[in-house]
Amino acid sequence: MDIKEIKSKFPIFTNKVKGKKLVYLDSANSSQKPKAVIDRISNFYSKEFSNVGRSMHSLAVTATNRFEETRDLIKNFINAKSREEIVFTKNATEGINLIATTYGEKFIQDKDEIIITELEHHANYVPWHFLRKRKGAVIKFAECDKQGEVSVDSIKKLITNKTKLIAVTHVSNVTGTILPLNKIIDLAKTKKIPVLIDGCQGAPHLKLDVQKLDCDFYVMSCHKMYGPTGVGVLYAKKKWLDELPPYQGGGGMIDEVKKDDISFPESPTKFEAGTLQTAEIVGFAESIRFIENIGIKNITQHEKEITEYGLEKLKKNNSVSIIGDPKERGAILSFTIKGIHPHDIATILDDDGVAIRAGHHCCQILHEKMGIPATARASLGIYNSKEDIDILNESINKCNKIFNN
Amino acid sequence: MDLKELYKEIILDHGKNPRNKKKCDGFNKDAKGNNPLCGDKVHVFLKLNDEKQVEDISFEGEGCAISIASASIMTEIIKGKDFNVAKKILENFIYMLKVGSKPSINSLTDNENTTIMSLSGVKQFPMRVKCATLAWHTFLHAAEDNKKVVNTEK
Ligand SMILES: Cc1ncc(COP(=O)(O)O)c(C=O)c1O
Repeated sequence: MDIKEIKSKFPIFTNKVKGKKLVYLDSANSSQKPKAVIDRISNFYSKEFSNVGRSMHSLAVTATNRFEETRDLIKNFINAKSREEIVFTKNATEGINLIATTYGEKFIQDKDEIIITELEHHANYVPWHFLRKRKGAVIKFAECDKQGEVSVDSIKKLITNKTKLIAVTHVSNVTGTILPLNKIIDLAKTKKIPVLIDGCQGAPHLKLDVQKLDCDFYVMSCHKMYGPTGVGVLYAKKKWLDELPPYQGGGGMIDEVKKDDISFPESPTKFEAGTLQTAEIVGFAESIRFIENIGIKNITQHEKEITEYGLEKLKKNNSVSIIGDPKERGAILSFTIKGIHPHDIATILDDDGVAIRAGHHCCQILHEKMGIPATARASLGIYNSKEDIDILNESINKCNKIFNN
Repeated sequence: MDLKELYKEIILDHGKNPRNKKKCDGFNKDAKGNNPLCGDKVHVFLKLNDEKQVEDISFEGEGCAISIASASIMTEIIKGKDFNVAKKILENFIYMLKVGSKPSINSLTDNENTTIMSLSGVKQFPMRVKCATLAWHTFLHAAEDNKKVVNTEK
């Protein structure tokens, strides 16, 4: 695989940052976009734009077709059973909120329990907290150990006959831990508990087959998948989409509106109120084509190689501590440097054109557990190379020089 | 934008060996501040006497070199000053970071001026201005009995 050639498809890398070559190590936050995606959005606006699913004119027909094509591509990409199981949202956060609201409305009563983990992003905690406030639900945290692993047992011991949902991340956005989803879902099935997966850090990197996985819900954010901002996907088994009440109300999601009652159509229409991010959704089709042209397995393999190289390199650097040591790690390396706060690390790295993220990465529960207020995080995408890791490592040495460590 | 302008010797020193980082004896006012995006936290303790003079000031907290150094420098400079003078210094300091340098105020010694000016490089790093101003805003909340936690995102 020619990474240089793949990287050349991303216009952002032709720009300099502070006079230096951009070393982008913040893809877990959001990935960069290939030219094909950018051009598609622009072309769509120039040549094919109109609102979808409403008007009869030919532009509307074209736009609707393009828009629905993306849904089909996503269905195939994650191997959903039917296209009706693909609901567009604005991001993964909205996907989780949609389920917390609608599933919560229908199925959660006072004292019912929801199991999440200590690894979760705030997006997979705060929506459940709202349910705790509104409905008296109880949130239980499955523990993560020092390596950053969440074992099936830590979930198993929290399950009671009040457990109504298990919501876990696919891959931790801090420790990079890949969770044992198959085992977790198997366990949940034996107890008839539905499972929601926060796939933000899974979908861009790992082969996905939601039928095989057999999860009930899987959410993703397209902007982390070489796609535009403002688009998310909620996958849900059809039986849930049939059963759950609508989320937001408005145009596009109604069947028949009378003065005394309103009926709603089937999914996904039922959950897609108002005008969506039409151009972005059309553009996202190119992101999927981009990923599929390379092959998701090749992406996994390449990122694994660079991650392992990075781990090895940073472990040799005595000032650096890597956060977590999971057996299965995604394309994420979080670290601290002795005596230097992560923000100072980020500023110094930025001076070398190295873009990382520093802070708690929306995981305050996890940072509290680890007893550190913040970490520095390098996260990878298909465009990263060993050279990027070398520059990162050099830049870390510069941090030490400045702070005289 | 030169890193050396940001990480001056004096800032690194205050960052590593912060002055007045404790709960000062007999404080009669205090306030907390958060920088939620970064996770920086500061708690300022203040002993303001009847003449509205800052008899003692200290802080506790965690954060980057810039936020700790700025808190440390603030306590050194403000200790012993009249509240009104302290407020003036604070306004000047924030102006320096957001807009640009302003003529120094008479009540500061040359030494104090040099110390406070050491933070002027932060202006070139807009993402870091919040780190530098957090403790100062928190001081103002403490002095004015504002019970709200300072939040740099608001
Ligand atoms: C694990 C995880 N969950 C949820 C999110 C939230 O994604 P978004 O802000 O796109 O909804 C992120 C992104 O930072 C994430 O890494």
